[in-house]
Amino acid sequence: MKRILILSTLSLFVFFTLQAQSTGGKKLPSVTIKTLDGKTFNTTQISNNGKPIILSFWASWCRPCLKEMAAISDLYDDWQDQTGVKLVAVSIDDARTVNNVRPLVNARGWEFEFYLDTNSDFKRAMGVNDVPHTFILNGKGEIVYQHTSYTEGSEKELFKKLKELAGN
Amino acid sequence: MNLKITRIIAAIALLLLSKASFSQDFIDKANISGNIYSEASYYLEDTLIGAYKTRENIGANIYGNILYRYKGLSAGVRYEAYLPQLVGFDSKFEGMGIAHRYVSYSDSLFDVSIGNYYEQFGSGLVLRTYEDKNLGIDNALDGFRAVIRPLKGVTLKAVIGKQRYYWESGPGTVRGLDAEWNVLQLLKPESATNILVGGSAVSRYQPDDDPLYILPENVAAYAGRMSLTSGGFFVSGEYAQKINDPSATNSTIYKSGQALVATTSYSQKGIGILFTGKWVDNMDFRSSRNATSNDLTLSYIPSTSLQHTYSLPGMYPYATQPTGEASLMGQVNYQIRKNSKLGGKYGTNIQLSASVANSINKQKLNDTTEIETPGTLGYKTSFLSIGNEKYFHEVALEISRKINKNLKTVAGATTQFYNLAKIQGHPGEESVRALVVYADVSYKFLESQNIRIEAQHLSTKQDNGNWAMLLAEYSIAPRWSFAISDQFNYGNPENERRKHYYLGSVSYSHASHRVSVRFGKQSEGVVCIGGVCRLVPASYAASVVLSTSF
Repeated sequence: MKRILILSTLSLFVFFTLQAQSTGGKKLPSVTIKTLDGKTFNTTQISNNGKPIILSFWASWCRPCLKEMAAISDLYDDWQDQTGVKLVAVSIDDARTVNNVRPLVNARGWEFEFYLDTNSDFKRAMGVNDVPHTFILNGKGEIVYQHTSYTEGSEKELFKKLKELAGN
Repeated sequence: MNLKITRIIAAIALLLLSKASFSQDFIDKANISGNIYSEASYYLEDTLIGAYKTRENIGANIYGNILYRYKGLSAGVRYEAYLPQLVGFDSKFEGMGIAHRYVSYSDSLFDVSIGNYYEQFGSGLVLRTYEDKNLGIDNALDGFRAVIRPLKGVTLKAVIGKQRYYWESGPGTVRGLDAEWNVLQLLKPESATNILVGGSAVSRYQPDDDPLYILPENVAAYAGRMSLTSGGFFVSGEYAQKINDPSATNSTIYKSGQALVATTSYSQKGIGILFTGKWVDNMDFRSSRNATSNDLTLSYIPSTSLQHTYSLPGMYPYATQPTGEASLMGQVNYQIRKNSKLGGKYGTNIQLSASVANSINKQKLNDTTEIETPGTLGYKTSFLSIGNEKYFHEVALEISRKINKNLKTVAGATTQFYNLAKIQGHPGEESVRALVVYADVSYKFLESQNIRIEAQHLSTKQDNGNWAMLLAEYSIAPRWSFAISDQFNYGNPENERRKHYYLGSVSYSHASHRVSVRFGKQSEGVVCIGGVCRLVPASYAASVVLSTSF
């Protein structure tokens, strides 16, 4: 009986998946996270006035994440000029390292929009396995691309996708 | 897994489906997301490094999440399979099934969930449930949770449930309340200053079936917190208390517990300074008094020390001693300006960090009772006292510099003291004093190709002696990465254990999919994420990891 229930629940989800996937246009889930100042913030409010958004999950202890942010930071002005993009960086640092985030990003002078997801609620809702994990949202706030891990030079792929979006 | 709840969730799902046939939106406008992660290893044997074949030769950990979302409604299930569990994971994991399922509704005012959920009050001193598959931790509560935000900046939470214990639920029932108020978010939303105050209360009910002692069946813990942010300045603190809770991890003493964590930081463009202090006395709080290791934890008290990302500096990672610890850490991040003589064209980043952890001062209750005698009050201590036994210290310096568009370098050094006997629970073993130096050079060419070399050295006269490590990685962005490395324990006091640990790996990632294959030997070590650690035995294996999100 238990197995049948589990199977039927699973198949229901698979059914929904197939149905929903065909329509595309996934939007961000509603999760309450915090700003660096400790204000509560609902993730459905993430927006960029009709321009694309890079949504990046990272942690202060994740070296590839820091490399990715530094690489994008060096190119950020150009990217913004050409595509109007905004980078929203969500830190999954927990109580151990969460207080490092502010001093770190200020010292590095990164001018992204930062949020804290201290118990990984947003990370889980987005189906993220590991950091770094980066999403691109189009002007309507729909997820159009995602990428996991970072190797030197991977930011070019992101920019290519952004330009494709800007071209549309 | 609780059959009744599974039934209820299936019934709700069916109800939703029947509703869906009337309302096409329910399907068309729904969001589905999820992920699958699997890691499988084939084990070989090398008895000299302590790597043994398993009975089945193979281990596999598999996780899959599916999340369904329609407007404010969401539901999700996670399937897990351990066939059997990978080496280093508890054998109680073996098996497969639905490990996590929930239905929740949320809007700007309410969040309600039934089934499994994760929650954290404040910094987690009295309650944090979370999952980390790399550590084999999932202490999700199974029950009910409500979150209400009656005013902007005010959050009230109520939880009740039992914690996950491998494939079962723990014996204790957890009840908790939390309130948090961001004072100026409503009153002065544009203010550059933010003040946050909060408080929580958590209690656990567990029947007393002990033949010897009369144990408290309801154990309560409380915490209060505040933080202030103003411009580049930040200060925060949380204090927690727990009533007497004789347990397997505190030698069954009746003493109450307390803990204080405090942090302050100042930062502006170019510099960030951070200090953290922590004082813990008998504050290990779990939903079962019999639980040990990483099982059924409610309190989350991370270690006040640097989280290393290179392997040799991280060989002796500190873990908080919740039965008693006084610790301090300071850290400075400094960026030498871009286009300056010293900073170079791209600037140079410097991180200096120092931390220390000691015992707290525990005194005998009277002349005839030894410290931590079971069934007694255990010991006496005064708030913020510092004991004589050192658990850990570290001073670490790291400099990273981008030399030109294609060349990046990192160099670092750290000196550590690690109380092996206390931290790993091996009484009598000598404490480790280690000096680690490392360098990392990364060179990009032909637009998307990159070569990275890491060299590391750890010197110590204790434990396993000196180690040297070399790693070479070649990557083609954004998809391929190839790496080979060797860790050589050339200074092991035992000649026959001076072994090489070769490891080779290839990984391919495309969009949100990633496959990696690994072959080689890994030394015994402690894996720590956040403040929690897991001892991983040595292994000699071929492994495949598959990860995908959709």
